[in-house]
Amino acid sequence: MQYQATVKIEQKPGMLDPEGTTVKRALEHLGYASESVKTAKLFEIVLEAESAAAAKQQVDEMCQKLIANPIVDKYSIEIEEKK
Amino acid sequence: MKIAIIQFGGTNCDLDVLHVLKDVMGLEAETVWYKQEVLNGFDGVVIPGGFSYGDYLRAGAIAARTSIMDSVKKLAAEGKPVMGICNGFQVLTEARMLKGALTTNAYPKFRCHWANLRVETLDTPFTSRFKKGELISLPIAHMEGKFYAEEADLAELDENERVAFRYVDENGKATEEANPNGSVENIAGIVNEGRNVLGLMPHPERASEAILGSETGRKLFESMADYITENF
Repeated sequence: MQYQATVKIEQKPGMLDPEGTTVKRALEHLGYASESVKTAKLFEIVLEAESAAAAKQQVDEMCQKLIANPIVDKYSIEIEEKK
Repeated sequence: MKIAIIQFGGTNCDLDVLHVLKDVMGLEAETVWYKQEVLNGFDGVVIPGGFSYGDYLRAGAIAARTSIMDSVKKLAAEGKPVMGICNGFQVLTEARMLKGALTTNAYPKFRCHWANLRVETLDTPFTSRFKKGELISLPIAHMEGKFYAEEADLAELDENERVAFRYVDENGKATEEANPNGSVENIAGIVNEGRNVLGLMPHPERASEAILGSETGRKLFESMADYITENF
């Protein structure tokens, strides 16, 4: 079965996000107030697996080994069957 | 004595380090392309600066997962010295050979200037030629140099005097103004538990010849060469 995994990488709470802060400030210049702006990275990974659970497990390993840095990042994974 | 200088795609300070080790200091040194997977016959390693793999994903992340890094880990496990400069420091943290992580500068700009540093420990193969607390100046050139470590790791680094260099002002004080990138506790360089792996953001190879304005950086390579001569 083919699945699409959507991986979202965010910084852990408390980490500085200079890009988010700069965008927040630029938005204020345009007249938009916001409580906070945070950046995140999104990866879409298409893979073969026997089940959604197996796909999630594989992608979780990918996150731990490469895609995220556990010291500064947190990540979430969503799995969808690819039609 | 033979020192390996690792080249990844996007490394760009490799020839500067080679020039210092070979032409300036008269040591035996060779550049090693990352696809050459073994480091037999080498007594030390320098991972030079640059932008390996375009800083994709995170600075140093891709290079840290190449198989030559297994050989670098093996060499380090033998007690041989490994120095990571700038992008090399990022590679060493990403490879988990050093604690912490290097993230985007607090003010997200490429900072390229001389930085004042304080030598925090002489008990490493890279700092033995300095004096404790010595104030030196070395060039920095980076955008992802903000050192961060979790509290427990930071405590361990402090407790065992594993911080090698801190950013300071001209009076030797580790102030916020003297911190070019927002590094926690003004940390500019650290060593591993065995003390034979050093990562630092400043570029000692750019301050190793009088004609370039300073010979201070050469002391790091000289200390490293002393250590190799004494131990291997």
